Amino acid sequence: MYKKSVRGELILGNKSYGDITRDILRHQERHKHWYQAPLWWWIAFIISFILMSIGLGYYVPLTIAKGIGMWGNNNQTAWGWAIINFVWWIGIGHAGTAFSIFLLVLRQKWRTSINRAAEAMTIFAVLAAGLFPAIHVGRAWDEMFIFPYGPNTRGLWVNWDSPLLWDVIAITTYLTTSALFWYLGMIPDFATIRDRSTGIKKKIFHALSLGFVGHLKSWRRFEDAVIIIGGLAAPLVISVHSIVSTDFAASVLPGWHETIFPPFFVVGAIFSGFAMVLTLMIIIRKVYKLEDYVTDDHLDAIARIIMFVSLIMGSAYLIEEFIAYYSASPYEKHVFLEMYLKGDYALTYWGMVIFNAFVPQLFWFRKIRRNLLTLFIISIIINIGMWLERYNIVIPPTAQDFLPANWGEYHPTKVDIWIYLGTLGMFGVGVLSFMRFLPIMAMNELKQQAKRQTSLTVEMSVYDIFEKKLVK
Amino acid sequence: MKKYWRSLEEYELVRKNETPEPEPEFSVEGLTADEIKNKYKANRRDFLKLLGFSTAFAVAATSCRQPVRKAIPYLIRPENITPGVANYYATVMNDGYTYGSFLVKVRDGRPIKIEPNDLTDYPGTNAIMQASVLDLYDTARLQHPLKNGKKASWKTVINEIKAKLDELSAANEKVYFISSTVNSPSFNKILESFKEKYPNVEFVFADPVDYTALRTAHKNLFGKEVIPSYAFDKAKVIVGINADFLGTWLSPVEFSGQYAKGRDLTGGKKDMSRHYQVESLMSLTGTNADKRIIIKPAQELKFVAKLYNEIAKATGNAPVNAPKCDKDVSAIAKDLLNNKGQSLVVSGTNDTGIQTLVAGINKMLDNYGKTLNTERPFLVYQGDDRKLSEAFQNIRNGQAGGVLFHNINPFYEYPLDDKTKQAVKKLKLSAAFADRLDETAQNVTYVLANSHYLEAWGDARPYADTFQLQQPVINKLWDTKHPAEVLMQILQIPGDYQAYVQKYWEENLYPNAAGYADFNEFWVKSLQNGIFKATLSQQTGTENTEGETATANLTEEPVTGGFAYINANQDKLLQFNKPQGDELVIYQKVHIQSGKYANNPWLQELPDPVTKVVWDNYVSVSPQYAKEKGLQQEDVVKVKAGNVEVELPVVIQPGQDSSTIGIAMGYGRKGVGPIGDGIGKAVTGFTGLKDGLRQYTRIPVSVEKTGKTYSIASTQTHHTMEGRDIVRETTLENWKKDPAHGNEKHQFYLKNLKHLTLYKYGYDPEKYPGHHWGMAIDLNKCTGCSACIVACQVENNIAIVGKEEVKKKRIMHWLRIDRYYAQEENELHSPIQENPEVVHQPVMCQHCDNAPCENVCPVAATPHTNEGLNSMAYNRCIGTRYCMNNCPYKVRRFNWYNFVEGGDYNYLFNDDVKRMVLNPDVVVRQRGVVEKCTMCIQRIQEGKLRAKIEGRPLKDGEIKLACEQACPTGAITFGDTNDPNARVIKLFDDPRAYGLLEELHTLPSVVYLTKVRNNDHVAFDYSIENHGEGHHAEGEHHTNA
Repeated sequence: MYKKSVRGELILGNKSYGDITRDILRHQERHKHWYQAPLWWWIAFIISFILMSIGLGYYVPLTIAKGIGMWGNNNQTAWGWAIINFVWWIGIGHAGTAFSIFLLVLRQKWRTSINRAAEAMTIFAVLAAGLFPAIHVGRAWDEMFIFPYGPNTRGLWVNWDSPLLWDVIAITTYLTTSALFWYLGMIPDFATIRDRSTGIKKKIFHALSLGFVGHLKSWRRFEDAVIIIGGLAAPLVISVHSIVSTDFAASVLPGWHETIFPPFFVVGAIFSGFAMVLTLMIIIRKVYKLEDYVTDDHLDAIARIIMFVSLIMGSAYLIEEFIAYYSASPYEKHVFLEMYLKGDYALTYWGMVIFNAFVPQLFWFRKIRRNLLTLFIISIIINIGMWLERYNIVIPPTAQDFLPANWGEYHPTKVDIWIYLGTLGMFGVGVLSFMRFLPIMAMNELKQQAKRQTSLTVEMSVYDIFEKKLVK
Repeated sequence: MKKYWRSLEEYELVRKNETPEPEPEFSVEGLTADEIKNKYKANRRDFLKLLGFSTAFAVAATSCRQPVRKAIPYLIRPENITPGVANYYATVMNDGYTYGSFLVKVRDGRPIKIEPNDLTDYPGTNAIMQASVLDLYDTARLQHPLKNGKKASWKTVINEIKAKLDELSAANEKVYFISSTVNSPSFNKILESFKEKYPNVEFVFADPVDYTALRTAHKNLFGKEVIPSYAFDKAKVIVGINADFLGTWLSPVEFSGQYAKGRDLTGGKKDMSRHYQVESLMSLTGTNADKRIIIKPAQELKFVAKLYNEIAKATGNAPVNAPKCDKDVSAIAKDLLNNKGQSLVVSGTNDTGIQTLVAGINKMLDNYGKTLNTERPFLVYQGDDRKLSEAFQNIRNGQAGGVLFHNINPFYEYPLDDKTKQAVKKLKLSAAFADRLDETAQNVTYVLANSHYLEAWGDARPYADTFQLQQPVINKLWDTKHPAEVLMQILQIPGDYQAYVQKYWEENLYPNAAGYADFNEFWVKSLQNGIFKATLSQQTGTENTEGETATANLTEEPVTGGFAYINANQDKLLQFNKPQGDELVIYQKVHIQSGKYANNPWLQELPDPVTKVVWDNYVSVSPQYAKEKGLQQEDVVKVKAGNVEVELPVVIQPGQDSSTIGIAMGYGRKGVGPIGDGIGKAVTGFTGLKDGLRQYTRIPVSVEKTGKTYSIASTQTHHTMEGRDIVRETTLENWKKDPAHGNEKHQFYLKNLKHLTLYKYGYDPEKYPGHHWGMAIDLNKCTGCSACIVACQVENNIAIVGKEEVKKKRIMHWLRIDRYYAQEENELHSPIQENPEVVHQPVMCQHCDNAPCENVCPVAATPHTNEGLNSMAYNRCIGTRYCMNNCPYKVRRFNWYNFVEGGDYNYLFNDDVKRMVLNPDVVVRQRGVVEKCTMCIQRIQEGKLRAKIEGRPLKDGEIKLACEQACPTGAITFGDTNDPNARVIKLFDDPRAYGLLEELHTLPSVVYLTKVRNNDHVAFDYSIENHGEGHHAEGEHHTNA
């Protein structure tokens, strides 16, 4: 159980239910029309939209029209930036569900003010991630070959041995489940918005809230559904990234063929996901002035988790190096002891180690954990570090593998870079739309939290009705 | 008039004598027809607008792609043509320097592949021969004769030339017939008639690379100005001195076959030849040497003289006066003396002194009649530069009235000055027999469009006793003629060239042929075989025309012959040079040679066997030189000699002499065609004359850095094995003691792999009876000549991607040859030896029985066949490229762009004429799919079907893969490993056999046989510094590893 005496108050300011609703919805209720938004929002949105339009609107069709040759991939390094970005986005996409489910299971109540944003982030990150395998194949128009649909009119079945197939299944499952979980969680909040709005907005949220009226029955059904979907999603948190890791681990390449990869990838994903959550929550808290809900204690807790996960990351790096040394395989040794430590890829490798294993250790200092600026900078550094990790995994082992005669280099092209920027833009567009139009925090859960914290005993839904009337 | 009613009502009306009410006029919306006409007026303009629009729309709508292509079956099937079944015709390629007797595979009337003729002594092809089939379809070829650069009819051109010849003949003005070597007996006879009719014609023969010194040397010693035939297979010790006899020197295909025969250790053979290569640049031959000695070009004569003197001392002959040479030759001399009569020394330098001494060495060693034979002379390369210089001199001085160029391109191949070029243009008659508007053809009045050799009749005589027949395999694509046909028309010889050839053979060769009922049988048989071998005593026919003239020309020097000649003339013969700073050597690339076929994209994209660079020539320098001058790979330098200068990028080449720089000829063409023009730089301007002989070496140059860089595309950028166990090698003595020496790991894996692996032992042969295809590659025979790469590309319709894509490592070749330089220590990061030993390793899909690529494909596009092949289902492939990543050999290739129909790749596939060369049995791959070696599955299928139709089991060796077939050395053997008597399974069981990366448990169906070097007793050290012990240490490393 949550002990206030130990953890401090999760919601400051002795909020009433009404305060919570008003605080969370303040930013969207401030505007009369849907197209109204603060200047910073428009600037950020337009930049993201331009990035998305160029990256995904121009360079993706160009790639499909002309061929993967537009990218930097070659016969030696057949996977390039696209797969780096795919793994990176999947890692980020991990956080939402990890946040919701893991912390739910661990009864970490401080998750309540963060999980909604984290889940939203998951959806957009997984969408960005899912784009890459789709456009990465040589013949995107024949992509349906990869789905084992029936009746099998093609007379061919997919190859269940291939990790790529597992990948497709894991990611589509994960995307569906997370989207469902996210949506389900928002239903009571949608109902709140519905009840507080008029006109077309009311109609939209009326539809979205699926007739949730706050009866005891509604609440029971709602909570059951959340638990069931949450329970289903919990193993996916583990499965999706460990399956992504099998894309590498099930191969024969030195630097890929590693049994440590599944846990290593999951941990890495949680790491990068939490860092991204940190980045986002700092921004949301700042721009929407939600310091009462996302308290310094919240950020502190995330920072502690990141610090701990960073230790796991560091030891995983050490284990990889040791196993490569211990294997006495010239190929393994070449990748780990030559290329990474002192060879052509030393810069990215040491960048990765410093960014992921050393920089987060600064979180041992309470001052750094509680300083918004350092938190923000380190969270960005971790995401760069995690990108470098994916770079180190995807590029060097293929660039210099078994036969030295084949060794080559990989250089991304501007198309690679633009498509990456395009997914960043798409993520921005998604997150900004979420911030503008949807309840950014789980009001219903916050209220539960507030209920525990204070002595309010009024039934929530009843209260809401009262409140609404009072306001009017 | 009778009245009929239409109705009772009308009847009533009529009865009442009332007129019926007129029917209402046709109206729409209450408007009458006239009103409508006015309102909805469609005048002529509107009509035309509408018509125009609808036509344009209809055209636009229907013109998207999809042209109508009709496949019309034969109404009356031509004899011998079954659609879908290939026919093979024997013919010969003979352009004066590249020659070979082939079978041409013709599918549905189109020649699509060159295959070696097994009836020749050493069947095989090189890259140029393999690629020559594309030249047939080259749209840059002339399609009609030209007069003053404009299209003209054959009649006009021939009549005008004839009139001018008559005129010049009447005025007794000299007409030069400048040609590359003509060794076609029938064509030679036509030339004789030509000379008879026009006595003012003087024949001048010259080749892009001159071998006059070699012939002169034999004249000096034996009184016969001939190039002897060589037998590298009979030599136990081979010393090559700047002679790239496996790549470009004289007859490389044949020599490769002989060389490999002498070095074959399979099938119970116990010994192999020892090969010393003494050279300045790293040649293909040098990469194969057991012992390679680096000398400066200027040291060559000293070196040869020293060797001559040592051998002369031992054999009791008089030595020559020579300055001191710091290279130790005693071991070579001892080796040669121990193998008297079974050794061979060859030199590739066009220097009479060197060649005479080399001939003298061979003579002292009793090699003549054994490993060389002047009785059976080689008749290719009979050109003489001295004559060419003289001819151009006379042309420049206005002492000639006309010139006819035949199969020669002196405006590119020779450094002619502008005055000469102008003089040629001003001649009363200037004509060129050329297949394209090359540098020479651009500057003459008449251009006589040559037919391709696959379109024409002809014959060839590469050796005095060997006659080969050339027959057309396709109707002429364009309005072209064989030069012989043109000359026959000028000389008014009746009949066509075919009849002429036939008559020639009937008159001159048939009398010597035994066992034929009549000439027809002999002719048909010879056509079928493509080759007729006369015994030397029987040979008649014409003596080589220009051989006579050349001999006649040199009578001022007394022919004393033998060593007496050398002793008497040594001061004149032997002109010793001191090295003069940086010296340039102009060499030939194995696949470009003189640049005649520079418009062939297959050749341009073929990696140089040594540097692995494509689509360029460059300045090759030694690492030491680069270090001294501060040069990096791709730095552009200016190479200057006198007023000739050229700017080229640098390629750093280990094993090259430190003050020698090398540049390949054959580049910088301006008239070969859109593909070859402008690639690299021409360097013929650097060649000078010495005693009238063209010198390709010892050219003093200055080299300066320009500060620019130029990007070079190379298929291999890492050159050492980094201590890995990739190419296994041993030495002959070790091999004799233990045939598995150097290959202990394989024995270890064989014994222990089942216990070592965590996984189930993958492939169970007993579960898969029937065929199981496999391939064995003997690394001891592979010379790296790269003929197989082009053969594979031709056979399997492999795309050409161009320099930029190669630079990005996207070359499509299914078969590549990895070339590694030995390191000083057999470990990671150890530097390349200063004079490195080199290994070549062909790598294609290994068709692993436990293939890593197969299980990772999500759509099962690359399954294993029940015959052990790793197959590709292109239709199924969506291009995830996972298989490419997971292939440890990296042999899979991805179609990064639409190389087939994309407009940007205009090498082969986008040209309707060139596309005719595609093999209809092999599908052309679309953008986005992965492809790789299929082990020529179409050939396997064809062989199996043939056996099935004939109701017999498949014979071993019946199916030959394209690479195997093209290989001049027989390094590749393909067969059924389930057949206990197959050649391939014998090689699989050879103790030298191993699988590449077999420790990964991929169970490859391709095995390699260790390379054996015969350098145990080479106790001396020839490298510049003391790095010579590398190979011994390496051998030990292999055993310990």
